[in-house]
Amino acid sequence: MKEVKKQGGLNAEIQSRIGHQLRAMYDDVVRQGVPDRFAELVRKLDGPEAAAAAAAGGDTDKNNGGD
Amino acid sequence: MPLTNELRDDILASVPSLRAFAISLSGNGDRADDLVQETLLRAIANIDSFQVGSNLPAWLFTILRNLFRSDYRKRRREVEDADGNYAKTLKSQPSQTAHLEFEEFRAALEKLPQDQREALILVGASGFSYEDASAICGCAVGTIKSRVNRARSKLSALLYVDSAEDFGPDNTVRAVIGGNGG
Repeated sequence: MKEVKKQGGLNAEIQSRIGHQLRAMYDDVVRQGVPDRFAELVRKLDGPEAAAAAAAGGDTDKNNGGD
Repeated sequence: MPLTNELRDDILASVPSLRAFAISLSGNGDRADDLVQETLLRAIANIDSFQVGSNLPAWLFTILRNLFRSDYRKRRREVEDADGNYAKTLKSQPSQTAHLEFEEFRAALEKLPQDQREALILVGASGFSYEDASAICGCAVGTIKSRVNRARSKLSALLYVDSAEDFGPDNTVRAVIGGNGG
């Protein structure tokens, strides 16, 4: 069984591939932008009290349709 | 500070990366969006405690992480992503090979201890400094550094040590093409 290279001596190319894949995965989601439901949510809340009430109530107008 | 329209815009500007962070943590798109929604509500409910001029994204990430942590304790990840919800959240369909590679990567990421996974994502994907990541996770900068290093070592062991022996993801490809590996 092979051993991973010693701490700090990890193959630079492998590290760069890991970094690349990590960012690719992350950026795929980032590129989707702001879903309407969040834009509406943040714009419609008047302030802390409204947000606290919505948080306590659980469901805002959550859409569970799943498209 | 008061909830000005400018602040609303700043909060919304963080939503794409909050979602990416939430999906990376939970491995589940639906649950991630619930986490983001809860984060936004909590943030606005507590907006008075946000210090003008401090790091808004880091503050929001801290809220999301804490929510995930408390939720995690309750649920213990009972809802795993068996149906590939994560993949469904992606708009672009990657090529078959890229898709396999992506799935392998995601599976390896899932195997990391949670502390290491979140540290790696914050520093390696979200682009936070070690200092910001340590504030978000509530631990020392040195702790974040060592978690990131351990995460990288473990990922490279999971992804590349075995496959280095047979030059790439051939085993996976064979399993998919062959179907009956008996």
